[in-house]
Amino acid sequence: MTAKVVTVTSGKGGVGKTTAVANIAVALATNNMKVVCIDGDIGLRNLDVVMGLENRIVYDLVDVVEGRCRLRQAMIRDKRLPELYLIPAAQTRDKSAVSPSDMVRLCDELRPEVDWVLIDSPAGIERGFKYAIAAADKVIVLTNPEVSAVRDADRVIGLLEAEEKGPAALVINRVNPTMVKRGDMLSVDDVLDLLAVELIGIVPEDENVLVASNKGTPLSLDSRSRAGQAFKNIARRLMGEQVPFLDMESPGLLQRLLGRK
Amino acid sequence: MENGPPPAIHIKGIRDGLLVTLRGKAWPDLQSALMSQIESQPTFFQGGRLVLDVGEHVLKVAELSALRDLLSDRSISLWAVLSESPTTEQTAQNLGLATRISKPRPEEVRQVTEVRDDTALWIRQTVRSGTRIEFPSHVVVLGDVNPGAEIISGGSVIVWGRLRGVVHAGAGGDQKAVVCALELSPTQLRIAGVIAVSPKREGKRQPEFAFLKDGQLLAEPWKA
Repeated sequence: MTAKVVTVTSGKGGVGKTTAVANIAVALATNNMKVVCIDGDIGLRNLDVVMGLENRIVYDLVDVVEGRCRLRQAMIRDKRLPELYLIPAAQTRDKSAVSPSDMVRLCDELRPEVDWVLIDSPAGIERGFKYAIAAADKVIVLTNPEVSAVRDADRVIGLLEAEEKGPAALVINRVNPTMVKRGDMLSVDDVLDLLAVELIGIVPEDENVLVASNKGTPLSLDSRSRAGQAFKNIARRLMGEQVPFLDMESPGLLQRLLGRK
Repeated sequence: MENGPPPAIHIKGIRDGLLVTLRGKAWPDLQSALMSQIESQPTFFQGGRLVLDVGEHVLKVAELSALRDLLSDRSISLWAVLSESPTTEQTAQNLGLATRISKPRPEEVRQVTEVRDDTALWIRQTVRSGTRIEFPSHVVVLGDVNPGAEIISGGSVIVWGRLRGVVHAGAGGDQKAVVCALELSPTQLRIAGVIAVSPKREGKRQPEFAFLKDGQLLAEPWKA
């Protein structure tokens, strides 16, 4: 096995990086892939909570980097999917504890063992961002259809170009079709027009995402949610499949049952 | 040179003093090699400010402070230690040494030797947010200029694409400078000392041409 290392980043905070990593990881693991997620947000760790593995942390990323444990010991196996692992961030340290070369070494060690390494990048473009992208074979830039988030995504894409990280793949998260229709939200086309990069996912806004994050059960474990479906489609596109984009205009299941538009 | 192993010690003059790069070998060997190099050219090193790049060597406080004392005995001041190891960085910080020096980014700063009136900077890519381009003469962009990007030009600016960032043409005071774009909707437009923001407009955009007339910034549709 030679793993592909994928980093999810955004520049702006709060656009849904952690949720995206958790869901894409779950979707890949459901497809019988061996997946390791790394929480790169040292000092502000979240991925463990979203994945529901918080109470099982013994060792973390910094312990591995500083040699206090072996890589294996810091890999927490998921309760539901046996091929899904998490390397959590340290909560009591900060970004200075890890360097870009540490991440490259760590990922090189993981590469022969697994199919996918997903790295959850911290917000910002400083050290945390730099080490998060250091080992990446592919970088997913996540944004919301919101002017400030798109501006930051543009900056990040520029930095990735400067680092010669190859073309970034774009995921637009939290698209609200009703608001787009009213003209109150940027459309997918507006965002693509500005960023001009390859699109690999459109995720509709979905209240269930918040509920699922709080419960620690990523949405893509659940087959009915549209956001979950969107994340599953992103995972399939990462695996090289051609998957058509979800039709944002189509009514949801409930509305169809009630016979509304 | 090509056959032997790379030299363990590499010394280079930089703006902030001398940059000494130490690679390979065990730390005690490197340290003694460095000291013997210094002994052999005492006048070259005397009074120097040293930046040590130790790569992946993991150094403890005792090792680093010992080296610092050795150096200061020879009137050399160690002021920064660069390392890929966080432990070494931490050690250096504990000793009050810098762990970063400002490195020039050659890929972003391009030096131009000769600029004449008809010189222009050719940019064949989208200029993204956070990028600042400064050029003493004209700038031509084949691509978009996104919001958050800045182009400061001594002459005119031509954008074959959408111009949505900030552009300052005639930054040296040239009132004859013009700005044109396939879609002219900059966050802010400046020509010489005059500043304007583009008015909110609806409908299909067409190529436009902005210039100064009697101290007023005007934009007109481009008519071939």
